[in-house]
Amino acid sequence: MANKVIVETNINGDPVELLCEPRQSLLEVLRDVLELTGSKEGCLTGDCGACTVVIDGRPVCSCLMLGVEATGKNITTVEGLASGTSLHVLQQKFLEHASLQCGICTPGFLMSSKALLDRNPNPTEAEIRYALAGNLCRCTGYDKIVRAVTDAAAALAGRTRPAHGTVPSETASGMAGEMLAKGEAK
Amino acid sequence: MRPGAPELKGVQPMATDQSREFKIIGTRPIRPDGVEKVTGRAKYGADYALPGMLHGKVLRSPYAHARIKSIDVERARRLPGVKAIVTGADFPEVKGVMAQVGELIVNTHYLSLNVMAREKALYDGHAVAAVAAVSKHVAEEALELIEVDYEPLPPVMTAEEAMRPDAPVLLDELRTRLMAHRTDPGSLEGPDRPSNVPGHIRFERGDLAAGFAAADFVVEREFTTAAVHQGYIEPQNALAVYSADGHLTIYCSTQGAFNVRTLTASVLAIPEGNIRVVPAEIGGGFGGKTTIYLEPVAALLSKLSGRPVKMVMNRAEVLRATGPTSGTKARVKIGAQRGGKITAAEVWLAYEAGAFPGSPFAPGAMCTLAPYAIENLRIDSFDVVVNRPKVAAYRAPGSPASAFACECVLDELAEKCGIDPIEFRMRNAAHEGTPMPAGPPFKKIGFAETLEAVRRSAHYQTPLAGPYRGRGVASGFWFNGGLQSSAIVNIHSDGSVSVVTGSVDIGGTRAAQAMIVAEVLGVAVEDVRPVVGDTDSIGQTDVTGGSRTALATGMAVFEAAQDAIAQLTVRAAKLWDKKPHEVKFDGGVFRSVADDGQIITLRQLAGRLARTGGPVVGRATVNAGAVGAVGNAFATVCVDVEVDPDTAKVRILRATIAQDVGRALHPDYVEGQLQGAVAQGVGWALNEEYFYDQKGVLRNFGLLDYRMPTCLDLPMIDTILVETPNPNHPLGVRGVGEVGIVPPMAAVANAIYQAVGVRMFELPMSPPRLLRRIFENRNVTVEERASAAG
Repeated sequence: MANKVIVETNINGDPVELLCEPRQSLLEVLRDVLELTGSKEGCLTGDCGACTVVIDGRPVCSCLMLGVEATGKNITTVEGLASGTSLHVLQQKFLEHASLQCGICTPGFLMSSKALLDRNPNPTEAEIRYALAGNLCRCTGYDKIVRAVTDAAAALAGRTRPAHGTVPSETASGMAGEMLAKGEAK
Repeated sequence: MRPGAPELKGVQPMATDQSREFKIIGTRPIRPDGVEKVTGRAKYGADYALPGMLHGKVLRSPYAHARIKSIDVERARRLPGVKAIVTGADFPEVKGVMAQVGELIVNTHYLSLNVMAREKALYDGHAVAAVAAVSKHVAEEALELIEVDYEPLPPVMTAEEAMRPDAPVLLDELRTRLMAHRTDPGSLEGPDRPSNVPGHIRFERGDLAAGFAAADFVVEREFTTAAVHQGYIEPQNALAVYSADGHLTIYCSTQGAFNVRTLTASVLAIPEGNIRVVPAEIGGGFGGKTTIYLEPVAALLSKLSGRPVKMVMNRAEVLRATGPTSGTKARVKIGAQRGGKITAAEVWLAYEAGAFPGSPFAPGAMCTLAPYAIENLRIDSFDVVVNRPKVAAYRAPGSPASAFACECVLDELAEKCGIDPIEFRMRNAAHEGTPMPAGPPFKKIGFAETLEAVRRSAHYQTPLAGPYRGRGVASGFWFNGGLQSSAIVNIHSDGSVSVVTGSVDIGGTRAAQAMIVAEVLGVAVEDVRPVVGDTDSIGQTDVTGGSRTALATGMAVFEAAQDAIAQLTVRAAKLWDKKPHEVKFDGGVFRSVADDGQIITLRQLAGRLARTGGPVVGRATVNAGAVGAVGNAFATVCVDVEVDPDTAKVRILRATIAQDVGRALHPDYVEGQLQGAVAQGVGWALNEEYFYDQKGVLRNFGLLDYRMPTCLDLPMIDTILVETPNPNHPLGVRGVGEVGIVPPMAAVANAIYQAVGVRMFELPMSPPRLLRRIFENRNVTVEERASAAG
């Protein structure tokens, strides 16, 4: 009796047929069956977001989904973010803003950020922080990640943003102020 | 001496380039390993795979303290797909040898016992057996078939319990020893009987009684901090290949490949020379990846099975069995005069080491109050074993807990004196020549400059308005690691350059090394390719840790580039039929000293190396000295908080850190270190803690319940880079990675006091704890409050 199931899916624009065990997570299938090791395993409980992929437009922790559930889905992983040798603007901005230190969380942040910008091309700082709250980064304190996503949104919209260090801190007036205002309003 | 090269010998003061203008250092180029890391191509430890590879998993003790009476692996061995099983019986007995690992000192006997339990399991999660099988699922199934007969023993979970004379003893051979300094083996203190307190260090100077008598105000407080984890996102991993000729290759993510080699050799009792360690990209370490867990286990499983064996921890294993930092207890008494002068300080500290000796109790004592000049001082610090995982280094190990205690007391004293907390610290600030708590005087330091930078910041100059809001400041101190590094600079025939070091890159150090080479050689930074070598391709290089990599490996890289120039100068002289001293080098160009128009660029010369004697390889090694001898780092942090009056949840509204960085090589990555350190400090202050139940079993072994800050919990973190050049470094660099985590806990506590009027003496300052304190302050209990609301 065969232990494996045939799964037909689409990954990074390519139709893919694969064999996997029903108990294997999508993350395990990506990493161990397809050798797409860009998606990272940090917790296997959906708490760290390092395995985030985009499925039919939505960010998903691939560790929380079974490989067999990928049937018929359109999946984008970090390996599918760039077009050939042209980096996606998010990748470029993460580099320009030094948004990664060790880099293990970076694929997940890029995918969550892509899902955000695809549905909300002009997010506020609070919206960016809310959208990325499912991704843990232990190195950066998130400051340079939030700036990169802000800058990427601006670049996608054709707006120009000042370069390094001159994106104003939105701390006091921006995010916190915005959230406090909402809190006080109710 | 090489032309144009300052002489560089260890930590001797040297003629340096500190004052010159830089072309590349201080700029912000894109990191050379960046594209690999944003495209998912960079290979971290768990990304390695080899043909025929097996997967290993570890069986872990469900008891905090238990005698292991027997282990029966026969049923597991019969499961199809299982290829090898090991238990403690398969490991050699290892004698206790003290090995320096980064900032911590490791006893190899206890390291071996931590890697695999023998007679006793000493904490929930302690490894007792391991299996290699054809898949990780089969290996996990096999673990369930291993039968271990445990005799549970009473666990000891806190330093306070463990220090009681009638406490259950973890390790019969331990005695309390009094040490005069960090590496002192010490002498027996008290009776010759088993103790859970293997280490006691004391620093003392002046006359405490007289100092307190001269004080107008004395504040005495007791503090507790919870054990917290480093929280790296990448779990520990190792892929081991034991070959038929007895050679062992290990691929793993580690902060120090050479440490893995040394420690694995000692645990397996095989020659170091038989082991090659290939460091993978590393997904965070923060000190936690300076030691070994899986490496010897994977090696033995590979030896038994004859196949490559890969082992990767899951998150529960990381939290249960890899080093958190110590939970601590502190008692602090400090006296000050009305004008703000501190007259005396008495500090008592206890650090939980986990199941084996080796907490950062000594550096904790060496760092607390180090930012201040205090004449009358006594610090006692204790190493205490408890039934918890053996602690590992965590960013500035030891300093955050002791600083939290003292910086909170200083805030109280500043208030009693009616002096602004920054001004209070300024009036007592250590300067060049001030003795550290351990005795030696500071060289040139920039502590007061960090205070001044925060005082002048837009943050501090902007009044904080609104109810339940408060502002707090605190400062901190940490050493710079020195230790050993090696570097090789290869000049390629097209004029490009590769630089090989043994320092794994956790946060952008490849960029820093490439920038140093480009600066010295006068080439574009894009023309320099940094490479991290394995243990056979580069000389001894100590851990990426201890704030030492940009600093000490940077020294080696600087020297290796100078060495390459010296050799290239000889080649240019040969081309022109001159003596080397008749050729000078500047800005990437060799010129004849005589005004004869002879000139050649480095790039042109690189193309003529074959004709002038062959390739040019610059090389250098350094021993930058003992930890702390090469430099010191200070930081001051200011935070604004808002406390929710109903839930006592604390929101960080604004945070600023000023740190003396010596010289920022790549300011983006320096800022990143400061921001990350503050973020970890905020987690330590507000959320993070280990919850053990009555039986000593960890209850929050996942990242939902062990809650680290998300980006929704933090504001932007403003950084102020204070540059007081390090006199011991050719470029003025100071280590920047760690000290930023020292001040935030006290800064947050001091801000909470300003916001709601209660002093917090316990970390984390989570909503239940803070709410209880707020109600205590109003003389109501939480229960009364609930029923009144009810």
